[in-house]
Amino acid sequence: MAVAARKAGRAASGAANKTNPSKNPVKKAPPNTPQFDKTQDLDAYREMLLIRRFEEKSGQMYGMGLIGGFCHLYIGQEAVVVGMQMATKDGDKVITGYRDHGHMLACGMDPKGVMAELTGRRGGLSKGKGGSMHMFSKEKHFYGGHGIVGAQVSLGTGIAFANRYRDDNTVCLTYFGDGAANQGQVYESFNMAELWKLPVVYVIENNRYAMGTSVNRASAQTDFSKRGVSFNIPGEQVDGMDVRAVHEAGLRAIEHARSGKGPYILEMLTYRYRGHSMSDPAKYRTKDEVTRMREEFDPIEQVRRRLLESWKLSEDELKAIDSKVREIVNEAAEFATHDPEPDASELYTDILLPTS
Amino acid sequence: MAIDILMPALSPTMEQGKLAKWLKKEGDKVKPGDVLAEIETDKATMEVEAIDEGVLAKILVGDGTDNVAVNTPIAVLAGEGEDASTVQASAPAPAPAPAQAAPTPDAQAEGLADRPAPDGRSGTDQMPRAEPAAPAVISNRTTHDAMAEIPEGTEMVTMTVREALRDAMAEEMRRDPDVFVMGEEVAEYQGAYKVTQGLLQEFGPRRVIDTPITEHGFAGVGVGAAYTGLKPVVEFMTFNFAMQAIDHIVNSAAKTLYMSGGQLGSPIVFRGPNGAAARVGAQHSQDYAAWYSSLPGLKVVVPYSASDAKGLLKSAIRDPNPVVFLENEILYGQSFPVPKLDDFLVPIGKARIHREGKDVTIVSYGMGMTYALKAAQELEKEGIDAEVVDLRTIRPMDTDTLVASVMKTGRCVTVDEGFPQSGVGAEIATRIMEHAFDYLDAPVARVTGKDVPMPYAANLEKLALPSVAEVVQAAKAVCYR
Repeated sequence: MAVAARKAGRAASGAANKTNPSKNPVKKAPPNTPQFDKTQDLDAYREMLLIRRFEEKSGQMYGMGLIGGFCHLYIGQEAVVVGMQMATKDGDKVITGYRDHGHMLACGMDPKGVMAELTGRRGGLSKGKGGSMHMFSKEKHFYGGHGIVGAQVSLGTGIAFANRYRDDNTVCLTYFGDGAANQGQVYESFNMAELWKLPVVYVIENNRYAMGTSVNRASAQTDFSKRGVSFNIPGEQVDGMDVRAVHEAGLRAIEHARSGKGPYILEMLTYRYRGHSMSDPAKYRTKDEVTRMREEFDPIEQVRRRLLESWKLSEDELKAIDSKVREIVNEAAEFATHDPEPDASELYTDILLPTS
Repeated sequence: MAIDILMPALSPTMEQGKLAKWLKKEGDKVKPGDVLAEIETDKATMEVEAIDEGVLAKILVGDGTDNVAVNTPIAVLAGEGEDASTVQASAPAPAPAPAQAAPTPDAQAEGLADRPAPDGRSGTDQMPRAEPAAPAVISNRTTHDAMAEIPEGTEMVTMTVREALRDAMAEEMRRDPDVFVMGEEVAEYQGAYKVTQGLLQEFGPRRVIDTPITEHGFAGVGVGAAYTGLKPVVEFMTFNFAMQAIDHIVNSAAKTLYMSGGQLGSPIVFRGPNGAAARVGAQHSQDYAAWYSSLPGLKVVVPYSASDAKGLLKSAIRDPNPVVFLENEILYGQSFPVPKLDDFLVPIGKARIHREGKDVTIVSYGMGMTYALKAAQELEKEGIDAEVVDLRTIRPMDTDTLVASVMKTGRCVTVDEGFPQSGVGAEIATRIMEHAFDYLDAPVARVTGKDVPMPYAANLEKLALPSVAEVVQAAKAVCYR
């Protein structure tokens, strides 16, 4: 337990110091690293593992030519969305960019529907018309799935505006990356969100590379938690590799937003193991860096160790979870492989809604 | 040397206003910066400040005078050493301009005012002083189409396009609590062009929302709110500024229904003045109808008359799809008869035969209609009976009405202020070629804005825009006359 907690702390420091060693002190998570009970650890493990296995399978299927176009994998960042979603309440909304498979699974959207959308089949969540970057679920309060970097920040602020307009006591989690954080509309949105005290939590997933450009080559201020300072929006850096730290910060930020105090920024220090997209050989970073992150800070491994050491689960029990997850993923892949393509008549549907 | 104090213009398009009250009286000493008087238009109130030092010798236009034309001398200032009691105005005090009275409903007058001609505001003597255009009363030979929209016997009231748009929003806001208005200066300032006048007072700050100057951001906020089912009316101060926001209009609003397989619509209206105003230069003078009309997933509406502005805006707000609603600053102040009905809707996607004719079809929309209608009058004098079709909606375009008209006349002229390449005129010409080629007795002719950024100089600006003469010439050309 103690070992895991210390390592988590180092992960955060490592991530920040690497980009800007002198100017970027990590706001340490509270000295007592938040703990999960057994159920929480088990839930987090299952959810993160589902995303990991789903994304590994997506990568395979991309290689097989079953998935086309863009495909941005979430591997390495699982703790961010899983920890945040564990902190939400029913009815809270979610919006993100194009690296969205993990968010959809964490929102409870059907893995079969997600995978069939990746393969462009009629059973896909957008009937095969959206693709990897464009899926939505009103039922699960997931508002996409947006391909224009930074657009989701204004849109998410608008969803929060609607929450306030309806006074429905929900918040909107607006996820974006360190790359999107440099877009102008992000700051237009920050300004309005604080001005109008909108219930929005901005979750900046700092995976250290905006496509191939490292944070310190693209950002004058690499501490993204400070990006709201001139708008009076509170922010904090969080160890995004530790699902417990994410969850704890998420609770705090969501409570702040829900209680009418306005927006909150969480910078998640995280890491993407794969390339930006499937076509990215990731030559802008060393293999060693990736290996070190995987071996020392992997979010799933951290929970696995706790399950074995603190909660005394057996390897067999963990294997059983793993095979259950693999079964879900295989079923999704099977469905997505054999589901037919959309009917040609679908070309001209869903362009406009009929007027009443 | 006595100095004339002239009626100032509050905006490039202002032609006249009311001298509300004098704050100085005859015999008062004034110095630069002193507030002399207050003037009002339907848009705003503004103070007239003294530019020169002297004694207010004579007030030529009294308190409460309406319809004082811009550049009319309103007072005379006596300079140093002059006897204030003997100074004369250099020009006789004019009578209030009579020509701009609102048309009476029974006259069915439309297309009253022209674009303000270049006037003497620049102070150069070479520039001819503009005469306000004489009211061009078009006999309204409106056909069944519009008649069907307005039941027979309906009382008509005269109102400006500006008032019609405001009433449309107010009515829809009363009807549906999910409708709200946001944009720059829409609330406390009452609208940069006073289109949202009174909405804040009736609906409060929750539903009438002033935004910071952040078009990109607040367009995205509007679309996000629309995703959840609210019905935002997003006002752009002008559509020129919407270029900052066009990503959200195109990528976030227009495409999401399709990308979501029909799950997530964007019931939002983007509205504001579009096209050239007067003397505002290249960045503030552009017609975006063609841009937005090329996008599947959007509807694009461009009303000309006040009744269409009202009925179409109400339909746009109720439409479950994103609608780009292009208004025109010069038309805002023009008056038209509007049906007095509790719930007057004009369907989106239907053109209107504004004037029936048999010799040539003139197709236009929005501001272009002012040229088209006047040209039809001119042509009538020369024995050419023109049919004028007001498209009203650019997307979806009412091809049926266009084609039926061209099948009847065999000739077609398009009129719009946009750039010629890939413009609305080009689209109309293509559709007519596709659907009515065998009925054409002449190639379709286009009258458009010229293929240049809008110049500032008054004479060049006039040249850059379409003119009545160009429309007449084009119509005669296709009639081989």
